[in-house]
Amino acid sequence: MKALLLRDLRLAFRAGGGFGLGLAFFLIVVMLVAFAVGPQAELLSRIAPGVLWIGALLACLLSLDRLLALDFEDGSLDLLATAPLPLEAALSVKALAHWITTGLPLVVVAPALGVLLNLPPQGFAWITIALLVGTPALSVIGTFGAAITVGIKRGGLLLSLLVLPLYVPTLIFGAEVARRGAQGMDVSTPLLMLAGITFGVLACMPFASAAVLRVNLR
Amino acid sequence: MTLTVTDLTIARGGLPVLAGLSFAVSKGQALILRGPNGAGKTTLLRTIAGLQEPIGGAISGAEDQIAYAAHADGLKAMLSVRENLEFWAEVFGQDGVDAAIKTFNLTELGDRLAGTLSAGQKRRLGLARLLVTGRPIWVLDEPTVSLDVASVALFADAVRGHLATGGMALIATHIDLGLEDAQVFDVGPFAATMDTPRGASDEAFL
Amino acid sequence: MSLWKYANPVKFLHLSERVLPTLWVLSIACVATGLVWGFFFTPDDFRQGSTVKIIYLHVPSALMAINAWFMMLLASLIWLVRRHHVSALAAKAAAPVGVVMTVIALVTGALWGQPMWGTWWAWDPRLTSFLILFLFYLGYMALWAAIEDPDSAADLTSVLCLVGSVFAVLSRYAVNFWNQGLHQGTSIPVATGERSVADVFFVPLVIAMIGFGLLFLALVFYRTGTEIRLRRTKALLAREART
Repeated sequence: MKALLLRDLRLAFRAGGGFGLGLAFFLIVVMLVAFAVGPQAELLSRIAPGVLWIGALLACLLSLDRLLALDFEDGSLDLLATAPLPLEAALSVKALAHWITTGLPLVVVAPALGVLLNLPPQGFAWITIALLVGTPALSVIGTFGAAITVGIKRGGLLLSLLVLPLYVPTLIFGAEVARRGAQGMDVSTPLLMLAGITFGVLACMPFASAAVLRVNLR
Repeated sequence: MTLTVTDLTIARGGLPVLAGLSFAVSKGQALILRGPNGAGKTTLLRTIAGLQEPIGGAISGAEDQIAYAAHADGLKAMLSVRENLEFWAEVFGQDGVDAAIKTFNLTELGDRLAGTLSAGQKRRLGLARLLVTGRPIWVLDEPTVSLDVASVALFADAVRGHLATGGMALIATHIDLGLEDAQVFDVGPFAATMDTPRGASDEAFL
Repeated sequence: MSLWKYANPVKFLHLSERVLPTLWVLSIACVATGLVWGFFFTPDDFRQGSTVKIIYLHVPSALMAINAWFMMLLASLIWLVRRHHVSALAAKAAAPVGVVMTVIALVTGALWGQPMWGTWWAWDPRLTSFLILFLFYLGYMALWAAIEDPDSAADLTSVLCLVGSVFAVLSRYAVNFWNQGLHQGTSIPVATGERSVADVFFVPLVIAMIGFGLLFLALVFYRTGTEIRLRRTKALLAREART
């Protein structure tokens, strides 16, 4: 399992798409939103938590279609499926690698982008916590979407159509944590729900992902 | 330990392609599969490797014993030759990367990125992967594609070495590998016919 | 003899040929009665005026939009567990019917919302949930369309339906949490046995609901038959090609 994680991370570094691209995309989304809605500080600070979440969602989605498609094309998935490592574990590890290369950097830079969006000071901690708790779910759900569309040529658009509705609960609770946190309100309920969803998908989703991947490999 | 296939019927795209296959491979034996294109050799090998379900019959002795190699080698262009092999060795919980590199004459290429190799070199690397799996049954689909004569001889030596240590090999190929006591199995006579027993999904609708 | 007998495509076709005519007549009669009665022979509501009458389209279609998904979920489970082809094809056949019901519910809701709430659309939990349901239907149908091998398509869409159902329920709660709504409570709370709709409106509404249910059944039977014949044609052609 460690070998697979290290391989995926190494590939993400060397292929030069991993960290940098997602972050640049995140920054561009934030900038475009500011251009689109205007520079009023108090409007931006109100929508900042939501914009940061949407940016994280899209940046995460961007790299999903390469998550399994490359391994599918070069035959690695066939070989992994015949390896001693269960496919469920392999997919969990790949989801983890995806989170480390896309989710984690977003969590780290979110406060910096919060500054650009006039996020109130008490919101910085909460947007970071919300993203930290919520983005693993995005990677795990995304892995399911990638597994279900892996055999389809030009499956990218379909992948978005399938995955984005599944992101709704995470987005709602995650953005709610960030919003309430920014307004200095109590965040415990949405934070617990967000954590519940993340742990729930961590526990259950790999089985669904492995099941659909096996169908796609046969 | 024996790989036994009994009365196996396999399907491709909802239609049966081969029916009533039975054969056995035991320690130290190699079985060469022959048959025209589209006969179902690849489907058969994938079924034995456990990547798809047969629609009838049974396979025994294959569970967690198979090292599968097909047209795609599962190589990562951005990893070096050594790193590619080290990855698979670690996945299968084995070592022996150096020996594998030596067997397939990849020593000088060890630190090159796999993406910079020629087709034949890539193929050799893909076959070297078999040595680091530690699995006794090699299931190989056209292993000699893009290999030159010298490399085919290297590969044949590797197979001989594997058999000598009690391994088995199931190889679909058209060329003569020069394996002395390999059996040849022609799948042609087993092509599924109209009255192939039920099981393929399309037949529910006929 | 058991119900599973009809999981055989040929037997199912025979069954559907026998029940379909009755089903068509009954469903059209019920829908027509319910709608005509509801539209023309009920009094206007003292607060809502004649706009209330859209309820006879809105409530039955909303009901069937959700029940169609339940039916697909059930059919998907049957396919995954027992691998009956009719079941998988029935789920495939129900999706477009369900999506049309969802669109009817959304559009009639907007038409009703305009005079009542002064807006075509509000991000109300119920409305939002239906929008999400609509997206799930689209994704499900797109996945069926994208995969060539029918068995793989059935497997993948079934798992998607399962996973989607869990997330649909999650989304429903999330959306409730996100925004308390404008939408009135349910018209016919089954659990309490009471209802908030007077008898004059209630009887035609129930007839319309039964009619939509039957219409859904008839459409699914009909469309499943079409899917079976398509598969049969494909299987026959494939057999031809081989000999």
